[in-house]
Amino acid sequence: MEYFLQQLINGLTLGAIYGLIAIGYTMVYGIIRMINFAHGEIYMLGAFISLIAFLTATTIGGTSVALGLILALMSTMILTALWGWAVERVAYRPLRNAPKLAPLISAIGMSIVLQNFSQLTQGARVKPLPPLFKGGIEILRGDSFTVSLSYLQMVIIALTVALMAVFTWIITRTSLGRAQRATEQDMKMAALLGVNTDRIISATFVMGATLAAVAGLMVTLYYGVIDFYIGFLAGIKAFTAAVLGGIGSLPGAMLGGLLIGLIEAFWSGYFSIEYKDVAAFSILVLVLLFRPTGLLGRPEVEKI
Amino acid sequence: MAAVNFPRALRDGVLGAVVAAALALPMMGFRLVDSSQALTLGFRFDWVLWAALVVGIGRFVLSLSRDALPGRLPVLALPNWGERFPKARLYVGWGLAGFAIALPFLPFADRSLVDKATLVLIYVMLGWGLNIVVGLAGLLDLGFVAFYAVGAYSYALLATKLDLSFWLCLPLAGLFAAGFGVALGFPVLRLRGDYLAIVTLGFGEIIRVILQNWQDFTNGPAGISAIPRPTLFGLTFTANAPAGKTTFADYFGLDFSGDHRVIFLYFVILALALFTNLFTLRIRRLPIGRAWEALREDEIACRSLGLNPTTIKLSAFATGAMFAGFAGSFFATRQGFISPESFTFIESAVILAIVVLGGMGSQIGVVLAALLLVGLPEWFRELQQYRMLAFGGAMVLIMLWKPSGLLSHRAPTIRLGKEKAA
Repeated sequence: MEYFLQQLINGLTLGAIYGLIAIGYTMVYGIIRMINFAHGEIYMLGAFISLIAFLTATTIGGTSVALGLILALMSTMILTALWGWAVERVAYRPLRNAPKLAPLISAIGMSIVLQNFSQLTQGARVKPLPPLFKGGIEILRGDSFTVSLSYLQMVIIALTVALMAVFTWIITRTSLGRAQRATEQDMKMAALLGVNTDRIISATFVMGATLAAVAGLMVTLYYGVIDFYIGFLAGIKAFTAAVLGGIGSLPGAMLGGLLIGLIEAFWSGYFSIEYKDVAAFSILVLVLLFRPTGLLGRPEVEKI
Repeated sequence: MAAVNFPRALRDGVLGAVVAAALALPMMGFRLVDSSQALTLGFRFDWVLWAALVVGIGRFVLSLSRDALPGRLPVLALPNWGERFPKARLYVGWGLAGFAIALPFLPFADRSLVDKATLVLIYVMLGWGLNIVVGLAGLLDLGFVAFYAVGAYSYALLATKLDLSFWLCLPLAGLFAAGFGVALGFPVLRLRGDYLAIVTLGFGEIIRVILQNWQDFTNGPAGISAIPRPTLFGLTFTANAPAGKTTFADYFGLDFSGDHRVIFLYFVILALALFTNLFTLRIRRLPIGRAWEALREDEIACRSLGLNPTTIKLSAFATGAMFAGFAGSFFATRQGFISPESFTFIESAVILAIVVLGGMGSQIGVVLAALLLVGLPEWFRELQQYRMLAFGGAMVLIMLWKPSGLLSHRAPTIRLGKEKAA
């Protein structure tokens, strides 16, 4: 029981991170029907930028860890969002009316470029960061096992919930969100009605990259090690999460992320850690067999 | 000719430079230094300056040239040749095949060139195999490397554990790969477009993870070594014949040379690749091939005409997988050593890129793209780190330059009406 609870907490933390990345995939897919393969790399850049920003902030601003983190979070979000914008502007926008596979190949190319760019500029070796948040609270003390919730896990989950609230508000209540939903439903019609669709698509990429940046910062703090290759696996896991939840659906992405996180945590907790990725993909196949559009996805209407 | 808008170009350039500087600032301006005690920062702000300068000037020139040269540049007129001279493709194809056969005997062909050509041909064959799935049947497969891996491991395991010969294992490996294709395809082929893409991507990863972790069977990350080389009707390509065998050199009364094996392997893959090509060209004229193309164009129309989409997709999937299996067992025998590291997602991406860059459905396009993406980087091996950067960059640039591929060919193989099919 105690062990179960601990895996649940670990799974939720991991799932929150996957969910944040998955939102970027799902938003972009919803609006331009394209798998943004470079999104995992944006998250990787976010992790690097956050590490650099944090070190800079502590070098300049003294010893306060909290202040350093807030400064790092802000600057990471802004700078990573700029990367997300630039990738869209350079590699995807010129292909807006191209055959369907062209942006996909361009995205894979961009992903290779970003990965090797990071390797060249920051080196191939793993970058360690000593743990900043120490301690936590004990929730349950069992006979042989103590369930604990670290402060860092609390911060991660709280920050994810807060970001989700903000983004739900943006999508459902603001004029930007309304324009986004309109563009998603019918890009041509939205453009006819005066929505600057190019700008809306850019905004979507910026929002996705911002969330990926936060996820990158969280991972840096949570695992304490990053390298140039983390984007690939996290990217496909997050994309799996987006598909699992129903691609195009924002709550679906978060749900999918949490599920993938939980599956991984429980699988590696109870079975074998080697096959945790296999488990995640097998669940995806199973779900798609019974619900071909994901858990919360709308069924596709076939127009003839 | 439009007037050159100088101030706007200048503004674009400055803006580009500012953005580039902001992008480069964290990743290029700072360097994470991993000293023994803690992670510290190094600085190299001059890099940021250079990045800003390069991007700014580039953007400025681009902006100017866009004004000066209205419309798109007429680049690479090959696709138009196809329309003007309908036979051009045929001649080019035969010409290329003839050149490929003559290549090892040409005066400039040394061992390393033939070796590189062999590598390119493996990718040509993989590209042709995937072309059946993506180009003809229109199914997006991001895990093609899984079947390649199945073929390679089938041969490696059959040859090392059961001591079967390459020529017996080759069809078996193709069969196994096709079987995997059916096993994967059966549950997932009713998914549409991008859902299929992620499931195949997941399948590719699953195969790799299993190969990596199933120690008893696949020897895990260490891989399988000492995979036997193929023989030519029982003639081996070694310096000294093993017991009961004759070497190729002895039989023909030649001096032994390592080149013989390299050239032999080259011809094996050339034959396999040409077989793939011939198969594809012929099957396009059969009902099943036409059904693939019809399905790509309109699934609903196909269903209303009584075609069973699942069976058709499954056959395309299995056929593509079979050729990947052949290519995989050739890869295993050529390398003599395989490990899960050879079958990562990047391989799938490269093969898919070859198909899409070549122009989906175009057989010659695949050859061109394979030469460009696999052959060209082989000559730049010294540049190691920059090679992959340039590779990714090239993928983006070619796509931006020709979004439908170098040789786009999507016309149906047969047409009703004016252009009467022969």
